[in-house]
Amino acid sequence: MLIIAAAEETREVFQGLETWEKALFYALAAVSTGVFALGFARRVRKYRRGRPSPVRYRGIPRRLWSAVARILAQATVRRGRRNGLVAVAHGAVMWGFIALLIGTTILSIDVEVVRLFWGEDSSFFDGPFYLTYSVLLDVLGLAFVAGVVALGLRRRSRPPTLDYTRAQEPASGYDRSPMRRGDWLFVGLLLGLGLTGFLGEALRIRATDFPDHEVWSPVGWVLAHGVGTLGIGAGAAGDLQHATWWVHGLMALGFVALIPFTKAMHVVLDVANVALTDPLAARRLPPAPAAQDGGPAPNPGILTAQDLTWKELLSLDACTKCGRCHSVCPANAAGAPLSPRDVILDLRQWVDAGAGIPAVLDREARGSCTGPLGASAMDVAGGVIPQETLWACTTCMACVEACPVGIEHVPTIVGMRRQLVDAGDVEPMLQQTLQHVAQQGNSFGKSSRMRARWTKGLDFKIPDARKEPVDLLWFVGDFASFDERSQDVSRRVATILHEAGVSFGLLYEGERNAGNDVRRVGEEGLFELLVEQNLDAFSGAEFQAIFTTDPHSLNTLRNEYPEFGEMRPVEHYTELLVRLIDEGVLQVAEPTGARVTYHDPCYLARYNGVTDAPRRLLRAAGAELVEMPRNGKDTFCCGAGGGRIWMDDSGLAERPSEQRIKEAMALGGLDAFVVSCPKDLAMYSDAARTVGAPFEVLEITALLERALRRPEPVAAGTPEPEEVQA
Amino acid sequence: MGNDILVLVEHHEGAVHDSAAELLGKARELAQAAGGEAVAVLLHDGSAPALAEGLPADRVLSVQHATFEHFLPEAYVTAIAALLAEREPRLTLIANTTVGMELAGALSARTRTPLAAYCIGLELDGDTVVATSQVFGGKLHAEVELGSGIASVVAGAFPPAEAGGTPPVEELAAPAGLDGLHMRFLRRIEPEVADVDITAEELLVSVGRGIGGEENIELAQELADALGGVVSASRPVADAGWLPKTRQVGKSGRKVKPKLYIACGISGAPEHLEGMRDAELIIAINTDEKAPIFDVAHVGTTEDLFDVLPALTERIEAAAKVA
Amino acid sequence: MHIVVPMKQTVDLVEELELNDEGTDVEREYLKFVANEWDEQALEEALLLKEATGASVTVVGLDEADVDQTLYAAVAKGADRAVKLTGDFEGGITSHQRASILAQVVQGLDADLVLIGVQSPEDLDGQTGVLLAGTLGLPHVSVAIGVEPHEGGIKVSQEFGAGVVHEIAVDGPAVIGIQAARQAPRYVAISRIRQAMQAGGLEERDAPEPAEEGSPLKVRRLFAPEVTSQAEMLSGDAEDVAERLAQLIADRGLIKA
Repeated sequence: MLIIAAAEETREVFQGLETWEKALFYALAAVSTGVFALGFARRVRKYRRGRPSPVRYRGIPRRLWSAVARILAQATVRRGRRNGLVAVAHGAVMWGFIALLIGTTILSIDVEVVRLFWGEDSSFFDGPFYLTYSVLLDVLGLAFVAGVVALGLRRRSRPPTLDYTRAQEPASGYDRSPMRRGDWLFVGLLLGLGLTGFLGEALRIRATDFPDHEVWSPVGWVLAHGVGTLGIGAGAAGDLQHATWWVHGLMALGFVALIPFTKAMHVVLDVANVALTDPLAARRLPPAPAAQDGGPAPNPGILTAQDLTWKELLSLDACTKCGRCHSVCPANAAGAPLSPRDVILDLRQWVDAGAGIPAVLDREARGSCTGPLGASAMDVAGGVIPQETLWACTTCMACVEACPVGIEHVPTIVGMRRQLVDAGDVEPMLQQTLQHVAQQGNSFGKSSRMRARWTKGLDFKIPDARKEPVDLLWFVGDFASFDERSQDVSRRVATILHEAGVSFGLLYEGERNAGNDVRRVGEEGLFELLVEQNLDAFSGAEFQAIFTTDPHSLNTLRNEYPEFGEMRPVEHYTELLVRLIDEGVLQVAEPTGARVTYHDPCYLARYNGVTDAPRRLLRAAGAELVEMPRNGKDTFCCGAGGGRIWMDDSGLAERPSEQRIKEAMALGGLDAFVVSCPKDLAMYSDAARTVGAPFEVLEITALLERALRRPEPVAAGTPEPEEVQA
Repeated sequence: MGNDILVLVEHHEGAVHDSAAELLGKARELAQAAGGEAVAVLLHDGSAPALAEGLPADRVLSVQHATFEHFLPEAYVTAIAALLAEREPRLTLIANTTVGMELAGALSARTRTPLAAYCIGLELDGDTVVATSQVFGGKLHAEVELGSGIASVVAGAFPPAEAGGTPPVEELAAPAGLDGLHMRFLRRIEPEVADVDITAEELLVSVGRGIGGEENIELAQELADALGGVVSASRPVADAGWLPKTRQVGKSGRKVKPKLYIACGISGAPEHLEGMRDAELIIAINTDEKAPIFDVAHVGTTEDLFDVLPALTERIEAAAKVA
Repeated sequence: MHIVVPMKQTVDLVEELELNDEGTDVEREYLKFVANEWDEQALEEALLLKEATGASVTVVGLDEADVDQTLYAAVAKGADRAVKLTGDFEGGITSHQRASILAQVVQGLDADLVLIGVQSPEDLDGQTGVLLAGTLGLPHVSVAIGVEPHEGGIKVSQEFGAGVVHEIAVDGPAVIGIQAARQAPRYVAISRIRQAMQAGGLEERDAPEPAEEGSPLKVRRLFAPEVTSQAEMLSGDAEDVAERLAQLIADRGLIKA
């Protein structure tokens, strides 16, 4: 270490402090550090009690670095709509906090290491170093204070994301005002630290009669002159500085001690949590836990606190209550008793209570011992988190994407659902559907021999991939096979591909429900059975790649099936069609000129990043695309995912699909609302009718087909003769 | 073996069940052809002496005993088994009601005579009784030969015979064994009072499993409101609790005969058809073109009910404004 | 209390039914079989009784297509024992034969109560439960919608048309034909059925010979019913159909202002 000669430009570190005061400070610092360490030790012990996590450890250093970089750039905070200013303010606070932390650390190295071992003269806290230090910390400190004030003002304006009203109202009522007070304690401490720091600096400058070099502490310099104009003399300023020093110091020590027990813990934990995020979270759900050798069979889902993985336990602590998941959740928006935020907060409070970790203010109070206040012996699934909350989830993954700190809500919710399914706590409609899937291999309860019945209306025969080799295997999916509206779509897609000379085939009755939604409902055993049956069917057919008209099937075939057996590449039909256009196989004859909007299916856009192909198809069809505010990966769920389409949705205030149609109506002058998912066609056709939308809901190839071919010269609306008679 | 055709007359709370006239009509026809009599069997406790009045039978066999105050399965089986053993009729007809489901099989096993269940047709082919029965939920019919034996008959299979004078009544002594029974009647529970009486309504919009969920019943309700009728249901919908049990049409629900019956998403199990086939105009909306409901419907469509119902409601509302 | 629940595999009615060459039965070889839904109700009622009284539950099935699945599912739901009666039943058997086989088995199992589905889709010659009771000379209650413990015996709720219910007390061994359990049959996760299958424990024994029937039913033929009143089918889209239906209703004078 370079030890530079003593210079004029420096300041006393413990100016005016008695030895006993210094001793007291060090003692308190030790206590504060001890509490901090103990608090985190408890938390770490809690994580260690969790189940092993399927989280992948490969490339941890790289991922850690990437997490740090993203956090420093506030990339995760910036994500989403209208979060730019918040990211700037939060970034200012974070950068300021880090700078002040580094500054304090440097100072303590100088005081407690360098000077202690090499003597007072060896201090490097002077000269140009001191001046640079001063100006940097002053500027960043100002940014820190400004950021805290900005975020505080935002908080005071009560934005909807920071409204802690629960989505699921417990019968006994609840009180979350302690949470709000806890947040204000955090904000207040940060602001107090910043302000007392600057005040102390100003008083010091005043007390030392404005040494010239202190102009390098610009904020302190200005404030010191302010102090001067108040008529405070050098002596009085010295006394006041002494007091301020103590206030600042105690606040800082208190803050450190509070970190593991308040919202402040996110500053420590969230780097780890962001670094440990799984890029395939929710897209690929973990298998059911296997029994340890000779041990008892583990719970198939999440029943006790020990059934949460250590990563899930860490994620609970990472939550800052920012409310982004809450505000993007379609279930919450529809008035269902689910808020991803509440699920996380409830679990955290309940797990912490069981682990003996106190929370300072950051907790909910209730008139009864239910939910997060339940006994530690209570079941998680159906107890701490009510059944209706768990079933409300559409697994749209908006929460996971929106979370700035890397919490993965969906796998945790599915984990709890698995436990409900295992206990047979399944609502009648869903139970019937699961039985249909188990018995007939499809959710419609139709004979599996009827699966390819939709092909009857075609004037050509689609090859049976089990009998003759084809290039592409079309995995049709249940909805496109059995739902009448979607059968029209299937016939249209088949005709387009057939006329383009594409070699494709079907598995006919050999195809089973792909199991994506079955798995997300929590019926893991049935999912495994379906995977076995489908893999078996695949192995009995000859093809190069798979395409599917169903984004849900796409997700599981692409992301989950490879864990069970060898898989060929899987793509969505929009990707296939775009390729055919690129290759000139399909040619657009007549641009439609329709003004349309496009709804991104969650399982296509958010889960699998396919947002471009459908838009290029629309462009190719000559449609004018007007985007809805929530588009691409920020799309809004239709409400049918995660098995919700098999459940009763009568309790909703306003269905997500209807909200979405209204979002499209607000764009004005639309000819069509275009979809690329069979479930969307069903959901939005219903919703458009309910809402009375002035546009039609079209599956994307309906538009493409118009562009590809000239319409038949049939005058619409002219009834056939026999119809007139009837 | 004789040539008589026996009919078990079912009655509750002093009233003869509708099935008696239907079964006796058929029994007379068969008995004439076989050269025997149509014999009504009446088990009672004597509290309703007019039960035999007007029964379209050639003869009534009456057995009186206190245990016959209510239908008690074991008592009925004991008494009728004894009677069959003694009389050896050519054929015994029993309605396929709860009572009939209880008796037909038990008597077949006890008397070792064959049984044709879910009968919708009976004919004499020479000396052979030929029965037509519903099987596989009504998807198929079976033609079976029955030398002699028992047939349990689906309600509405035969037209009811006109009530005549009172036939001769032959009082029989109660058989032994009615005192040492293993079962006891506890009580009769009447259904809750209905919010509406669907049997009195002229216009019914009826929903079945195809309605999908409780929330969709609203669609049917809107149509019913437009028509000035009410919503009724098939068994699965009532079982699911989407509508009260009192709205259930069919064998275990109410038998209805409205001017208009719109069946929405009802496949038409035999038990349901039994309760509504006499409606004056039946419109069936079901995406499955093979659904048995289309066998009894006058007009049908396989269009999606979620499309048809709102469109129809709109038109009815518009027409009602003009009217 | 020992409750025996006979479970029958029956043709899955969602399948198209094809007739055999003689036209006397369905072509069983290609059909899919599922548990008779009323037997599932009987099992549920038995499990409810088990939960209430600590009774033990034994399910019994003939070696029909996919019966293992049904029996193991019953075990996964909470049945204590599962007995499979081996024999050749591929051609299907009559209710009388089934009742005769079950009568011999039930006697051997020392059952206090037999709960069985009130009917099945294949009861051409009667319902198995009531035939079984008749064969054994046991009391029987049909169309039951609830079986509860009552003064040392049981109390059965018997359903009649129009929602009337009779409550009947039954002493001693009895056979009850279940129309519906007091609650919908519980769901059992596939992984639980698979676990039960892996654990095994299906008791297999030879099915006894059914007793000779005096004069069995002779099936002349099976046939798809003729459509009795051919419905006039409306085609076109929903709007066209609605238009014509509205017209029809209006023509009948059924639209009220």
